[in-house]
Parts: sequence; structure tokens; C-alpha cells
Amino acid sequence: MLRYILRRLAWSVPTLLLVTFLVYLALRIGTDPVESYKRVNPRASRAKIQQYIDINGLDPNFVQGYFKWLKNFITGEWAPSIKGRREVWPALKDAMANTLRLGTAATVVGIFFGLIAGVLAALRPGGRRDVFINTSAFVGISIPPFISAILLQLLFAVYWQRWFGESLFPTSGVYPAGHSGFDLFLMLKFMALPTIIVAIQIIATYSRYMRSSLLDVMNSDYMRTARSKGISERRILIKHGMRNALIPVVTIAALDVGSIVGGLIITENIFAYPGMGLYFLKSFGDGDFPLLMPWMVVIVASILLFNLIADISYAWLDPRIRLE
Amino acid sequence: MAEKVLEIRDLHVTFDTPSGPLEAVRGIDLDVEAGELLGVVGESGSGKSVSFLATMGLLPARARVTGSVLLAGEQLIGASAKQMRSVRGRLLSMIFQDPLSALNPVHRIGNQISEMLRSHQSLSSRDADKRAIELLDIVGIPQPSDRARQYPHEFSGGMRQRVVIAIAIANNPKVLIADEPTTALDVTVQAQILEVIERVQERFGTAVVLITHDLGVIARVADRVNVMYAGRNVEQGTIDNLFDHPSHPYTRGLLASLPRPGKQRLKPITGFPPNMVNPPKGCAFHPRCEFATDVCKSELPSLVSYGDLQTACIRAKELPKAVILT
Repeated sequence: MLRYILRRLAWSVPTLLLVTFLVYLALRIGTDPVESYKRVNPRASRAKIQQYIDINGLDPNFVQGYFKWLKNFITGEWAPSIKGRREVWPALKDAMANTLRLGTAATVVGIFFGLIAGVLAALRPGGRRDVFINTSAFVGISIPPFISAILLQLLFAVYWQRWFGESLFPTSGVYPAGHSGFDLFLMLKFMALPTIIVAIQIIATYSRYMRSSLLDVMNSDYMRTARSKGISERRILIKHGMRNALIPVVTIAALDVGSIVGGLIITENIFAYPGMGLYFLKSFGDGDFPLLMPWMVVIVASILLFNLIADISYAWLDPRIRLE
Repeated sequence: MAEKVLEIRDLHVTFDTPSGPLEAVRGIDLDVEAGELLGVVGESGSGKSVSFLATMGLLPARARVTGSVLLAGEQLIGASAKQMRSVRGRLLSMIFQDPLSALNPVHRIGNQISEMLRSHQSLSSRDADKRAIELLDIVGIPQPSDRARQYPHEFSGGMRQRVVIAIAIANNPKVLIADEPTTALDVTVQAQILEVIERVQERFGTAVVLITHDLGVIARVADRVNVMYAGRNVEQGTIDNLFDHPSHPYTRGLLASLPRPGKQRLKPITGFPPNMVNPPKGCAFHPRCEFATDVCKSELPSLVSYGDLQTACIRAKELPKAVILT
């Protein structure tokens, strides 16, 4: 197992190199970073532009340029952003922290309620409860986040203020303007609406995964064997049913979490929530090469990592799978 | 006559289907005596599995079950879920057709056996594990203490069926229902599994109900046979009587269609099994029966004694003696 993990980690290095090279190519061809720099800094001197080209590896030769960028990236010589000459790492780190916080909260809430709803639906397929859960899940999936976000903002901020004099949840940011330091309560209040929006999607999706997975398991022969033992329904459901039904769901969940690190672009944008999604939108809009490349590296690395986690958890849950 | 451990009287099982109610079992009477091996034979859809799933209380809730099933004097039809849980696995247990899917893939073999033990006996988990290993030994699994720690996918089909048997006999039940236990297995493995079942029957005095469509299997191990057709029993008796002088035309047909050394051609039963949503009136076998008369089309025959057998055929006495062995 350990050898498998080490080998997978070793393999992820060339994968990461290849994908970052492709991303580098795409950004060079698609956004022309040097032109973007000149556009944002119209009065930059020739020497400044050359310095920008050198540190970012923007040589005319793409391959040479990529390796130059790679060397600087690994040794920590990161160029500042083209707009405002901000340092990239602190900005990226904050964005990651914000997205991880939002993503984790939404995933935990979403999967927890999603699984419960799925199990409740599968216990009596075709029953009234099943129909209700299924319909709700369908509605949840069908309403895009930019609609549900605006509806919730209207309800909890605009109308709430009209009815009770004060809005319940703020509609943008992580903290009120001018706030400094850490305040858990305030933070949760600001996170509430975006978390709900993302969680609705997750609940809807996972209740359906869980329902169909559990229904498959419920009809299998070993469930009949379990029932023929005369053990309690609860034990049959948990030890035999859920234990098997969760295997595919956990695998999908691990993959989904990997892509959440990429930012919840729409939700973060609507709530002006400074996470990875908003970071990407802004830097991409400016053609800010120094900001974009490290973002890409983080995204690719997290997807590779969570793919590995999905495989490991699959093998861990299912004894038939052995990682070699 | 030995003590009856299982008495089934007038058992009916009906399923609601989109094309109307389907009566899969239409009034079965059947006794199982203590320690005997009763063969139940019939083709697919004859209601043999459904009858015993109903006895176990394992049919889905939409199945309507009426009649009487007495297990050691205890009425099982209409019993509470709790009562049925206490019976299942303790007095009555079941082996299923496909050993490849009957075991839970994610739990260790030993745990699947000890779960059965601990659900009906107060045992420490250590004692249950020890007993599980003994049971694996009883059903003929080599190195039982190592094998107990393995998962089902590490076992062959025959070995898995042995494990299923070990689970079923863990609490020394009065009746063991084996539903086509050898159908999914290779012929050589079939014989081994039948041997294990016979050994269990002899060693623990367990009554065994062996459900199968394979008369060869029945002939090898059963003491008595019950033949089912279209949800009813059509003939029953001891193995020798039934195989030597079958009186019901369906039983004759079954035996005539068996391959035997020296026999030139097999003689199949013509026609098809009835559609159970709309079974034939009268004797359900009449459309396929070469001896059928007009009475057979209107009157539903019940079991009556005929020689050493009980036969549900009104013409049994008039029919020429069956000549099966030539």
C-alpha cells in the first residue's frame, strides 16, 4: 500500500510537469502575457519589460521559456502581479484558505444531508417520502446557483431588513469592510449564504447517488442472506447495506472535493467571496500571468491528490480492490 | 411416522403485478419430518422457491401470504416481524442458489458466521470466532482459522457454498432449506456440496428441504420427494416409490425426460409451463397431458393416496402402469 502511494506520488510529478507545460502554452498563446503587461503598465521602461519577461520565462521559445519559468517557480522567485505589483503567494494563500473553508463547510453539510436524504428515499422506493425527496433533489439540481443565490440574498438580506430592520446574513465578502483579525461568529455569518447555495447542489446530487447505490445493494443476494440470519433491520441496513452502498459514493465524493479547490467560480463571484474562483476570474481578466500560473499549479496538484485519495479510499473500503 | 417439524397447510402466495394478481403458490400442503431430507422438485415458476421464502418470511411486503405454516408448533404466517427474526437463523435457515453473491463482499468470512451465532446466542466475540472456525471445519474448509480471516472473493464457488452452509447451520436449526444449492456449481463440486448437506443432516439431525429442478440430485440424497407444478403439489412419496412407479402424468414426464445410459432419445414434456397470471382451469397440467379428459379441464384435483404415493390426478388409477426404465 505504502509503495503504491509512493509510486503514485512519484508519477504525479511528470503529470504535473506535462499539464503545467500545456497550461503555460495555453496562457502564452491565448492571453499574450507580455502584451497584457504593457497594457496594464503603459509607461513601463524597456528594462522593466525585459525584467518581467526574464522572471516569468516568457522567451520567444516556448520550451526554453517554460523551463525558465519552472526554475524560478521552484526556487521561489515568483514575479509580482502585473497590476499593483502585489506578491502572489499571500494572495493565493488567502484565496485557498477562503475556498477551503467554504468548500469544506458546504461539502460536509451537503454530503451529510445528501446521504441521509438518499437513504430515506431508498428505504421505501416509490413511497411518498421517496417521491418528495426525488422531486426536491430534481428541483435543487435544476435551479442554477446564480438564481438560487439571488433568491436567498433577496430573502435573507433585502426582505429580512425590510421586515425586521436588519438583514440576517450579509451578501458579500468574508468580513465587513475595515474588519481585521479573526472572528468566528462573524465569519460564519458571512459564509452562511454561499455555503447554503453550494450545499443545496451537493445535497441534491448526493441524495440521488446514495439512493441508487443503496437500492442496488438492497436487491443483492447478500442482503437476503443477512435477512435470513434474523438480525435487526437496523443492523442489516448499516452493516450490510450502507457499508456497501457507500463505496462508490465515497469515491465520487473524493473526486468532487478535488475539483472544489478549483473554486466555486459562480458562487464566489455572486457573493464577492475572495476565494480561488474570484482570484481566477480577476487575474484571468487582467491577463495576469504571474498570478495565473501558480493558481493552475495548485488546481492540477489538488486534482491529482484527490484522485489518489479516491483510489486509496476505494481500496480501503472494498477488500476486493488491492492496490499494486 | 416421525415427528413433524414443519407443517405447511393450504399455503397461498399472491403477487400484485401490472397485469393483475399472480398466484404463485395455490394451496400447498407439505410436511417435513424431523431429520429427514425432503426433496422438492419442479420446473422454474412452479412456486417451489416462493413457498419456502414465504415460510422464511423473506418475501417482499407486496406478496400476500395466507394459509398455515407450523414450525415446531409455532405459527409463522401472520407472525410479528420480531417473532420471525427470532425464528430465522435459529430454528429455520436457508441456503441460496448463487454462492458467489450470497456472501457480503466487504466482511470477513469469520465475521459473517459469528454474526449469525451472536444474533441468537449470547456468546462473547471470542467464543463466537472460535465456534465460527469449528463450523468452517465441519463443512470441510481446510485451514479454517486462516480462512476465517479472508474475504469471500478469496474463496472458490464451492468453498463459498460451504461457507453459506456453515452460516446456515451455525445455530443448529431444526429445518435447513436449501434452495437450488448446487445449480450454480460445477458437477464435481455439486457432489461435494450434497455430501456436506447430507453430513450435516446425519450429524446434527437437521431436517433438510432440498429445492431443485434436478431429479438426479433428488435421487441421490432425498428420503421423500414432493413434486410441484404451477403452484400446487401434484405428487409426493418416498424416493423409491416415486421413482419406480410414478403415477402423476407430470412426474412420469419428468422421469421420462431424464437422460439415462442406454436410452436412445430423451422424451420431453410437450408444451410450455403455464402463465401464472392466468393459469389453466382445472388441473393446471391438462393442456400438456396426454391423458387429459374433459373433467381435468374443470376440476382442480387434490392429493389423494394412490398406492404408496399421494397423487393429485383424478385419472391416476386408470392410467397404464408407467414404464420408465426402458
